Amino acid sequence: MNKRWYMITLVGKDRPGIVAHVTHALYEGGCHLGETSMMRLGTSFTMMMMVQYAGTANALQKVLRGEAESLGLHLHIDSIEGGLHHHHQPDVCIRIYGADRPGIVAHATAALMEAGLDILDLTSDVGGTEDAPIYIMRIEGRANEGKIALQSALDIIKKEGVETQLTPVDTLVG
Amino acid sequence: MSVEIIKYPDKRLKQVSAPVDAFDFKLQGFVTELEKIMRAGPGGVGIAAPQVGCFQRIVIVDVSDMRKLPARSSNNGCMVLINPEITEWEGMVMGREGCMSVPDFTGNVIRAEKIAFTAFDVQGTQYKFNSEGYEARAVQHEVDHLDGMLFLDRLVSRRADLFKRKVYKQIKKSSLPNNV
Repeated sequence: MNKRWYMITLVGKDRPGIVAHVTHALYEGGCHLGETSMMRLGTSFTMMMMVQYAGTANALQKVLRGEAESLGLHLHIDSIEGGLHHHHQPDVCIRIYGADRPGIVAHATAALMEAGLDILDLTSDVGGTEDAPIYIMRIEGRANEGKIALQSALDIIKKEGVETQLTPVDTLVG
Repeated sequence: MSVEIIKYPDKRLKQVSAPVDAFDFKLQGFVTELEKIMRAGPGGVGIAAPQVGCFQRIVIVDVSDMRKLPARSSNNGCMVLINPEITEWEGMVMGREGCMSVPDFTGNVIRAEKIAFTAFDVQGTQYKFNSEGYEARAVQHEVDHLDGMLFLDRLVSRRADLFKRKVYKQIKKSSLPNNV
């Protein structure tokens, strides 16, 4: 049977050993890992994994169900198209930060989308103190309508009281 | 001479290259071929001899042909660097790198912003160079190849520039020694 690609999502309260237990169960079940994102967000551990497996989604559920339940993780599996080697290279990095308040991401990404930004990677964090939290966001993407259009969008976003910075990403290939 | 770019996981990329000790016609011919291969590759701003299966300390860097060099980047034109030695490092900056020997992957790497280095040319004359910005990054990337290092050995997390500083608890004055 041909191997198919699945996207596995696991979310749960963080505790030591999650990655080792989950990936061991996948390995023992005949799965092959592709690109993954595994990180702690708040007090939760989140995993998204491209997994190649020669069976159905239901069969893959069975491979992981026991381990997920014992680790207290919510498990979700989607069958996906495509596979590896579809990387897009970013040509711009944008940093936005300021006093935390609702709407920073929604307003900024809407304006940047209008200006032609294709987001490839977005990470954000909340720093500062509980009394005065600051929101810090870093975006890598492709400026499909040029960097000047993005800078204009950032100038507008800045009027909402956040700091913005646009840096071209010039990938060196040596 | 092989003209194929060696690609990781070929273990030869992890070996340390030997210094050049003969500055002769053979060396000049090799450098000419190496430059042709560099210019034919994607990016084409740098190449190291080990990438084509020659494990001698030879690199070429030329960022002058880039359509638009990043701001504040100066350059020394086409540099053939034989037995290069980086002698000074200043500042740190993160940038994105890829490699002809590591197809279909790029990642963030921290490099010195400015460097000083020495190298011999093909005639065996030693020169001193100063580089900054994009060119400095290219030189550091290529010199790494001579020591069996790939940019994969220096990858930093994509969240690296979001890391919070450690929050230090405020020290009560009463707990400090008298002489502070």
